[in-house]
Amino acid sequence: MQHTVHQLADTIRAAAENNTPLLIRSGGTKDFYGNGPLNPFNTVSPVNPVSPPGILDARAYAGIVDYEPTELVVTARSGTRLADLETELRKQGQMLAFEPPHFGPDATLGGCVASGLSGPSRASAGAVRDFVLGLRMLDGKGDDLSFGGQVMKNVAGYDVSRLMTGSMGTLGLLLEVSLKVLPLPATALTLRFQMSEAEAIKKMNLWGGRSLPVSATCFYEGELTVRLSGAVPAVRAARAILGGEEIIEGRTFWESLREQTHAFFQQGKPLWRLSIKSTIPPLLLPGKQLIEWGGALRWLVADTNAGADTEAVQIAVRKAAQDAGGHATLFRSYGLHTPIFHPLAPAMMNITQRLKEKFDPDRIFNLGRMYPGI
Amino acid sequence: MNSPQLVASLRAFLPPEAVLHEKEDMRPYECDGLSAYRQTPMIVALPQTEEEVARILRICHAAKVPVVARGAGTGLSGGALPHAEGVLLSLAKLKQILELDPAARTARVQPGVRNLAISEAAAQYGLYYAPDPSSQIACSIGGNVAENSGGVHCLKYGLTVHNILKLRVLTIEGELLEIGGDSLDAPGYDLLALMTGSEGMLGVVTEVTVKLTPRPQKAQVVLAAFDDIRKAGNAVANVIGAGIIPAGMEMMDQITTRAVEEYVHAGYNLEAAAILLCESDGAAEEVAEEIDRIDEIMIKSGATEIRISRDEAERLRFWAGRKAAFPAAGRVSPDYYCMDGTIPRKNLAQVLTGIEALSGKYGLRCMNVFHAGDGNLHPLILYDANRPGELELTEEFGAQILQMCIQAGGTITGEHGVGIEKIDQMCSQFKTAELQMFHAVKAAFDPDGLLNPGKAVPVLRRCAEHGAMHVHRGEEKFPELPRF
Repeated sequence: MQHTVHQLADTIRAAAENNTPLLIRSGGTKDFYGNGPLNPFNTVSPVNPVSPPGILDARAYAGIVDYEPTELVVTARSGTRLADLETELRKQGQMLAFEPPHFGPDATLGGCVASGLSGPSRASAGAVRDFVLGLRMLDGKGDDLSFGGQVMKNVAGYDVSRLMTGSMGTLGLLLEVSLKVLPLPATALTLRFQMSEAEAIKKMNLWGGRSLPVSATCFYEGELTVRLSGAVPAVRAARAILGGEEIIEGRTFWESLREQTHAFFQQGKPLWRLSIKSTIPPLLLPGKQLIEWGGALRWLVADTNAGADTEAVQIAVRKAAQDAGGHATLFRSYGLHTPIFHPLAPAMMNITQRLKEKFDPDRIFNLGRMYPGI
Repeated sequence: MNSPQLVASLRAFLPPEAVLHEKEDMRPYECDGLSAYRQTPMIVALPQTEEEVARILRICHAAKVPVVARGAGTGLSGGALPHAEGVLLSLAKLKQILELDPAARTARVQPGVRNLAISEAAAQYGLYYAPDPSSQIACSIGGNVAENSGGVHCLKYGLTVHNILKLRVLTIEGELLEIGGDSLDAPGYDLLALMTGSEGMLGVVTEVTVKLTPRPQKAQVVLAAFDDIRKAGNAVANVIGAGIIPAGMEMMDQITTRAVEEYVHAGYNLEAAAILLCESDGAAEEVAEEIDRIDEIMIKSGATEIRISRDEAERLRFWAGRKAAFPAAGRVSPDYYCMDGTIPRKNLAQVLTGIEALSGKYGLRCMNVFHAGDGNLHPLILYDANRPGELELTEEFGAQILQMCIQAGGTITGEHGVGIEKIDQMCSQFKTAELQMFHAVKAAFDPDGLLNPGKAVPVLRRCAEHGAMHVHRGEEKFPELPRF
């Protein structure tokens, strides 16, 4: 395995020397996410999917390095298939509590951490970054670096592990990641309520402020769906307090949200992700919305009728998210030509550029996938 | 810029009492909670607003004067130790709770607000701020961000990094960074995480938005005694292996229980080699079930005695002993030195055996308190600073404990920070290229190295001088140490 690391480091060093860009891509399940040539919706310069140039693929570097269930820590190589990792955890009655979306069978741990995406449990359990304890990576010089560790508490050095999480491969190639894992809940059930959007947002926040085992929420088309998970007595007690109607296909429903196979996500139109303050009342934007994360995540499939002013829609969406204390991402662009990620304030962009410069001085990794030059 | 010039330029916009430069006025700022290190700064500045902080930073930046930020000064690693030619920037006067939003479960506060004050303000809404470092009555939220402070409940409720949403940070240039958001994530790199635990090296925090957590309906604690520390360690693994995440899980060894019992009368079993405190919280029915399961696991793990708190008063009494461990050390010894390594729990017995051997070697007693749930070990080395050479011996003892923690797959600091105290051990935990990356990150924020110089990350020259003790990941050092 060390041989594979040397090969990857050699590739990086050669690319740095020759100033040739590298695209970090393993399973390719998140190609659609971000700017640049990997995005299949990017009709300007799509990459040849069969033999794309300069692809750095970590799948040869796969497997679990260390897993101690009673330490609640797993360390695995970044090329490990996410599904394989989750299977191993399940055998020990444990899980990745942030419920990462796979978006395809080939999703890898590296892609999961690099994209920083979390699933339906995010509001209650935390995000990927909350579970990353440490990692090993190759920077833009091909140096083999480790940060953080395999323990829950560690404040030695800056938190580079979490900086790498969600950085879309623009700072380096992940080699290994140590994650905190948690026990699977003893039980789970899903409840459904009929109500208006405004009422649902209020309820989600009200319940979020009480000591209840609410592990996921969703509002769509007049229905609020709530998942309870945890110890049997806790779920039973909460069920009695909340009321509602229990639905049996709960697991399938939450999976369809996580994997975006739910009909809402399958409309073939640009999909916006608005991450905002949870208590913000219904956002008045043209199109259909689906709400998750206790009100803190609003998905929008914007109207793209012929003649619709896409530029105006884009400006309105960004402004609505910003006014609501958050930001908007064009999660799936479907050909809409606008930057994917929310623009950064100049002072933040300045720091971002300097960090990119430090980690990747020759600017070879995933250039432009987050922002121009980043 | 010399001291009088700097005083004059600061007094141009700060009242006279907010700019201290007489030695006797600055004495309270000479050290933080690590009082073995002391230094008088050139000037102490006590701004009251973010704008004043920005002006101070701009002046210092222009004049290339170092700046050391300080909150309540309770830190244990010398992170707020002043710089002789620098400004000690106290954020203590920025102590307003600016906004508390019970519906969104957030509070927006200034950096000088005390940790506990947030929970007190939120209590009327059934909410609290979860991280609870032992100094929470005094420590400030700004300091908590700088150190990524934890507490006894962090296995279940997380550290500071898991419980903050947004920061306002001033760079050394006096430029404002708004990091994070009112949302659960933010665009771009995760600077919120990078800033948390950065020990005042990257910027000065002027406002923090924290998450508030609903107060659980009920909490109950199991107090279990063991005749062997290994059995206690196994009991911890067995609880977690059974799928239980306790709200708190703390271990104390016999020397500790004896020291605290005399002082707080918590009712600990003094014959036990170790005792465990294991807390469950949540809905009443849930707690009842979990406590039953914990009780059963403790019995199976060989506990010699088990007591379950019968009411809130008893629960608090059981905890009182744990919370009094540090003051108790101060009662049984003129001085004590608190270490802060974290290890994978499976190596606990070996590390404790190693500490015992070192205790014999140095002739210094050592109390061990342990955040058992998350592997964070606090050995308290008891010494007398008035005996010549004893402080030096203590520091050597401490350094060797940290070395053992690294070799056991752990880290030199779980929650107290590197500061000035553990700067040499950083050379052991990280290799040159990693330390260079830390310096590069620092330079991205503070190219001139004016914020808290000399802390947190050692210059490579210092590591070279320390080369003799350089150990990295399992490469054996200190051949005189027992191996495990």
